[in-house]
Amino acid sequence: MHIDPLEKKWAYVILAMAGLFVLIIMIDAIFHSINPPSNVETINSTSLHLSEEFAEDNLGVQVDDKGNITVRIVAGRYGFYPKQITVPSGTPLTFRWASMDVIHGIHLPMTNMSTMIIPGYVAQLTTNFPKPGDYPLLCNEYCGMGHDHMWSSVKVVAKEHWAAPVKTASKGDSSHE
Amino acid sequence: MNDTEEKKLALSHMWIAFGAFLIASFMGAYQVLERSGFLPAIESSRVYFASMSSHGVLMAYVLTVFFIPGFGYYTATTSLKQPVWNIKLAWAGFGVSLLGTVLAAIPLLTGAASVLYTFYPPIMAHSLFYIGATLLLAGSWVWCVIMIVMMGQWKQANPGQPVPLAMFATVSNAVLWLWTSVGVAAEVLFQLIPLAFGWMDTLDPGLARTLFAWTLHPIVYFWLIPAYTAFYVFVPKQAGSYILSDELARVSFIVLIVFSLPIGFHHLYMDPEQAKGWKLLHGIATFVVTLPTLLTGFAVTASLEIAGRLRGGKGLFGWIGTLPWRNPMVLAMILGLLMLMLGGFGGIVNASYAMNAMIHNTAWVPAHFHLIFAGTTVIMYFAIAYYLWPILTGKPLFSQNMALLQLWIWFIGMTVLSTAWHILGLLGQPRRISSVQYNDPLTLAWDTFELVMIVGGLMMLGSACLFVYNLAKTQLNTTTEVYKGEVEYAEPIYPVTRLPEFLNDFKIWHWVIAAFMFISFGYPILQFFIIETFGSSAWGY
Repeated sequence: MHIDPLEKKWAYVILAMAGLFVLIIMIDAIFHSINPPSNVETINSTSLHLSEEFAEDNLGVQVDDKGNITVRIVAGRYGFYPKQITVPSGTPLTFRWASMDVIHGIHLPMTNMSTMIIPGYVAQLTTNFPKPGDYPLLCNEYCGMGHDHMWSSVKVVAKEHWAAPVKTASKGDSSHE
Repeated sequence: MNDTEEKKLALSHMWIAFGAFLIASFMGAYQVLERSGFLPAIESSRVYFASMSSHGVLMAYVLTVFFIPGFGYYTATTSLKQPVWNIKLAWAGFGVSLLGTVLAAIPLLTGAASVLYTFYPPIMAHSLFYIGATLLLAGSWVWCVIMIVMMGQWKQANPGQPVPLAMFATVSNAVLWLWTSVGVAAEVLFQLIPLAFGWMDTLDPGLARTLFAWTLHPIVYFWLIPAYTAFYVFVPKQAGSYILSDELARVSFIVLIVFSLPIGFHHLYMDPEQAKGWKLLHGIATFVVTLPTLLTGFAVTASLEIAGRLRGGKGLFGWIGTLPWRNPMVLAMILGLLMLMLGGFGGIVNASYAMNAMIHNTAWVPAHFHLIFAGTTVIMYFAIAYYLWPILTGKPLFSQNMALLQLWIWFIGMTVLSTAWHILGLLGQPRRISSVQYNDPLTLAWDTFELVMIVGGLMMLGSACLFVYNLAKTQLNTTTEVYKGEVEYAEPIYPVTRLPEFLNDFKIWHWVIAAFMFISFGYPILQFFIIETFGSSAWGY
C-alpha cells in the first residue's frame, strides 16, 4: 500500500474525531437517557374513538395519583385534538400521540418536542419546557392538500400558576366506555 | 477502438438526464416563489405539491438514473478499452427506464401523484406512478449487470492486473445500487402496488418507512459516487497532477458502499416503529461513513496542492492561486468541496441521534441535502458533461467562459439559497409546506430569509439554463472544427502493479454487506411479523 505519511496522520485525526462524536452520543444515550422517541407500541388507528385511551373524553392533559402528567393528543387531517392544551413549565410531561388517518409529524419549534406520528403506532416522548409561553404546534409531514393549515398551539404556564384540569382519567364517565 | 455506438449510448442517457434536470429547475424556481407568499396570485397547494413531487422525482431519480449509467458505460469502455458488453441490452435498459419515466410523469404532471418523492403511504398516488417508478428502477439494474460483467471480462483477460480505478469506482456504484434498490423495490412490489391495485386492503406504514429507509441513505452515495470518481480520476489530470494513493481511493469507495447501507435509520430517529437500540446502532455506523468522505477530501485536495506547487505556487497557501481556476473540472471540484464541507457539517447535526429532534423535518433538512446533491453532486455532473461533450459530439465546447460563469453562479446561488434555508429551519419552519398559514409571531422572522431564498433560487435557474444552452450549442454547432480529444485518466503518484483481491474485486464485500444488512435490518424488519400490527387503508390527499 502506498500511503502518504500525512494522509496516515489525517486518517488518525478523522478516526479520533468520529470516535469522539460517537462517544458523546453514547454517553448521552446510555448514562443520561437522551434518546429520540422510540417506544414501539401499536394501536388500531381506524378505531381510536373506540379505544379506551384515545377516546374523546380521555384526550388532553391528565395527572395521575403520583402527580405524573400525561398528555394524549390525536392528530388527524387537518388538526390536533384537543385543539389547545395548557401545561406547566419545568415539569416532565409525557406526550402520547396517535394518528387517525395518515402520517403526520409534530414539532414545537425551539424545543425538542418532535416526533413522527405513524398510523398504527403510538408515538410517545417525555420532555420538559423550561420557559412559559405560547408555542405553535406544527404538523411537519406532508399529509395532504390542507397540510399547511394543520397547526395548533401549546400554552406553557409557570409551574406555580398551573392547575390540573378538573376532569381526569380516573373520574371518566363510565358511560363512555 | 471505434466507440461511436458507446458515444451515442452515453449522449442519449445524458440528454434525458439533463432534460429532466432543466424541467425540474424551473419547478424549483416556481416553488421558491410560491412558498414565500409574496405572490398571492400564484398560490395553490394543488399546483405546488404536484410540482414538488415532480421536482423531487425528476432530480433524485430521473437525472441520476440516466446520468449515472450514461457516464458509467462510457467510463467502462474508455478505462477498460473494450466495447460495452451486450450493447443491445444496454439500449433495452435505457428504453425500459425511459418508458417508466414517461408512465410516472403522466400522473405526476397531472396532479394524480402528489405524494412527494418519498411517497410515504398510506397517502397513495395513481397506480401508474408506481408502475413507472418500478420500470425506471428495473432499467437501471441492466446497467449494474453490464458493469459487473465487463469488469469480470476484463479481469479474465488481464489476470492479476489491477482493475483501472475509474472502473473500480464505477462498479462499486453498480454494486451499491443493486443493494440499495432492494429496500424500495420490496416496498413498491409487496406493499404499494398491491394496495394501489386493490389486491390488498391495508399496509403497514411502519414497515413501509423501514423499507424506504433501507434505500434512502445509500441512494445518496449512488448519486455522489460519480462525483467522487471524477475527483479521483479526472481532476488530478486536468490540474496537471497525480492521484495521491490509488489504493486508499479504493478503500474509500469500499468503505462508502459497505457503510452507506446499514445506516438508514438516521432517517427514522423520530419514528415510533423502531426502538432506540436499533437507532443508536445505525447512528454510530453513520459516523463511520463520514470517514471515506473525509479521506477523499484530504486526498483530492492534496492532488490539487501538488498541482499548484508544480505550477510554481509557494508557501502555505501560495499553491491555491496558481491552480488552473479556468479549467471547469478543477473549478467545479473546488466549489463542490466547499459545498460538501458546509453540507457535511449540517449532516453531522442531522446524524447526531437525539439532537435530530431540533431540526427533524424542518427547512434545515432540504437545505442540507440540496447542498450535497445540487451542490457537490450536480456541480460535478456539470463538470463531467463539459468534459465529455466535446469528446462525445466531436465538436469543441461552445463556450468555456460561459461554462465557468455558469459554475460560479450555481455555487453562489446554492450558497445563498441554502444559507437562508438552513436559518429558516432553525427558526422552526417545517419543510414541505406550500404556504405559511400559522398565525403566530414565530413566522415574522421568516420573511427576510424567504426573500433571500428567492434570489438564490433564481440564480440557480439561470445557471441551469446556461448549462443546457452551452451543451445544446456545442452539439448543434455547424462548425467544421473537429474535436479529437479522448478521455484521459489521472495516474497515481506510485503506480500499482499488484493488488490484494479485496481491493480489486467486490465478491468478498457482498458477503460483508449481507452480514451488516442482516444485523442492522434483520430484526427491525422481522418485528413487523412478530408483534401485533394494524394496517392502514389507502388515503387520497
